[in-house]
Amino acid sequence: MQRIGDSPGTRRLLVSAALVLTAVFLLLPLVAIFAQALAKGVGVFWTNISDGYTLHAIFLTLAVALLTIPICLVFGVALAWLITRFAFPGRRLLQTMIDIPFAVSPVVAGLIYLLLYGRNGWVGTWLDAHDIQLMFAWPGILMVTVFVTCPFIARELIPLMQAQGSREEEAAITLGAGGFTTFRRITLPNIRWALLYGVILTNARAVGEFGAVSVVSGAIRGQTNTLPLNVQQLYQDYNTVGAFSSAALLALIALLTLAAKAGLEWHAARREAIA
Amino acid sequence: MSIRLENIGKHFGATRALEPVNLDIHEGELVGLLGPSGSGKTTLLRIIAGLETPDRAGTRTPARILFGQRDVTHVHVRDRRIGFVFQHYALFRHMSVFDNVAFGLTVMPRRSRPSRGEIRARVFRLLEMVKLEHLANRYPAQLSGGQQQRVSLARALAVEPDVLLLDEPFGALDAKVRQDLRRWLRHLHEELNFTSVFVTHDQEEALELSDRVVVMSDGRIEQIDTPETLYRAPQNRFVFEFLGDVNHLEGQVHNGVLTCGDARLAVDLADGAQELLLRPHEVRLAEQPTSDCHLPVTVTAVSPIGAEVRVELAADWLAKPWLATVRHADFERLSLQRGKRLFAHPRQWHRFTDEAAGLLKPHAA
Repeated sequence: MQRIGDSPGTRRLLVSAALVLTAVFLLLPLVAIFAQALAKGVGVFWTNISDGYTLHAIFLTLAVALLTIPICLVFGVALAWLITRFAFPGRRLLQTMIDIPFAVSPVVAGLIYLLLYGRNGWVGTWLDAHDIQLMFAWPGILMVTVFVTCPFIARELIPLMQAQGSREEEAAITLGAGGFTTFRRITLPNIRWALLYGVILTNARAVGEFGAVSVVSGAIRGQTNTLPLNVQQLYQDYNTVGAFSSAALLALIALLTLAAKAGLEWHAARREAIA
Repeated sequence: MSIRLENIGKHFGATRALEPVNLDIHEGELVGLLGPSGSGKTTLLRIIAGLETPDRAGTRTPARILFGQRDVTHVHVRDRRIGFVFQHYALFRHMSVFDNVAFGLTVMPRRSRPSRGEIRARVFRLLEMVKLEHLANRYPAQLSGGQQQRVSLARALAVEPDVLLLDEPFGALDAKVRQDLRRWLRHLHEELNFTSVFVTHDQEEALELSDRVVVMSDGRIEQIDTPETLYRAPQNRFVFEFLGDVNHLEGQVHNGVLTCGDARLAVDLADGAQELLLRPHEVRLAEQPTSDCHLPVTVTAVSPIGAEVRVELAADWLAKPWLATVRHADFERLSLQRGKRLFAHPRQWHRFTDEAAGLLKPHAA
């Protein structure tokens, strides 16, 4: 018996359309990045990468990502816990508000932070009086990166924790387990794959964030320049190979992230098959 | 350990789940909370466990929960020393059967926690008791429903609770497994003699398993009695109707005769509209009417399953078909089959007015 829409012609058409689109829009640009980066040979690529400013940009980008992840982890788990385990007025509203960073353009987010914490901003005036500088410095970059990435983990956890319910946690407590023990031995093992998945997404976005960071960083070379900003700067300086070298690095991080994600999915599928 | 509940009520927001109730459960008793869904039985069980808190405000006398002499009203679940068996078992899915059962022992404070070897011995003793020692290394998803149920029971008993609470313990199992587990729980209860309370919506389960049954409806306790008293002397119409199949006979009484269409029955009641209730086994079938009783019926369905034959009866004068159970011998003697016309004879009937309950025997037929 043939399923509806499953004629050989339709299938061939759809498969080839998908392949062509993937090649043109995804694969080709990726190849182009590496081709451009290596256009003048591995030696030039290496010189570009080991340039002092670029090295600092790599360091800053990774450091910001490394600080963002634990903050988002705590925030995401706490928020998912709050929304799925407690009933309180405004719960629905809170659940909607989690999505604000997704809905707002990153540039707008950056501008809001500048308005609030910049030298003449509402909070900024007070900060300035106390000689604390957040904007045009790494704390500002961290702040907007956290803003942009904070929904990822909570959004991974909420549907899972809703589906799993709180019965196992209740069971642990009737057996005498304390709150922290219950979290460590019951809640955490049940959500760990979703948590890891959320961390991977958070990391990918934190490393790649451009819009919000470009507003608050000031892009001072060797000080507040992140890798994505570095790409733009080098490109505007007509250093195409340099720009693509940094871009290739970002693409490499993205590919590693994708590999980690695929690995996790493969692992999850295998666990399903065993259970 | 005995349990005493005083003035336990519960509201969820504006909805009342439980009217303030009082209940005494004796040491070593097995008590069933029976009622339709939404009757408040699970809420009551969860309040005993400490998973829900009873209402505080709005009651003149404060709510109190006593385990023996110990007032546990404000004691946290984890310190109440209860064992709770959840409706869908709530086994820890990422732990083996062994680790599930051992959990309660491994989370004890270091001072009172048994040694590793002792935990191992105790877990295997429990697994032996529930006949699952060969599955200690399996994961919950690899077990059948009945096996999961027994693991959750072993897990609850591992911490040697003062009282065992079970929420619809056999609800999700098929009929045969249910029977076996019921019998097994009854034996276990007799052997270990713990006080336990279980929730069920299955009247047969409640009557078979409990020392006493608490019948609940709409957040109220309707009756608390032994299964036998409950069945023989229901205090009100709800209890009577909930505990088994019921046949209704409504009609006008005039000069000691109840009439309804072409049906007639001599009754010892005052004139006016009356409603009589009959259990299926209280309906006798015969080929002839008597002078006192003329209830013509037609057989519409016959199911000869089990110890008795269930017969469905219809008639013009009946709003809803009757159900009668007859012995196999009578079934053959009357050569019952669909379409056969017979006469029903009540052996006895029940009548509930607003408050008073009544069990009336008809004139000797």
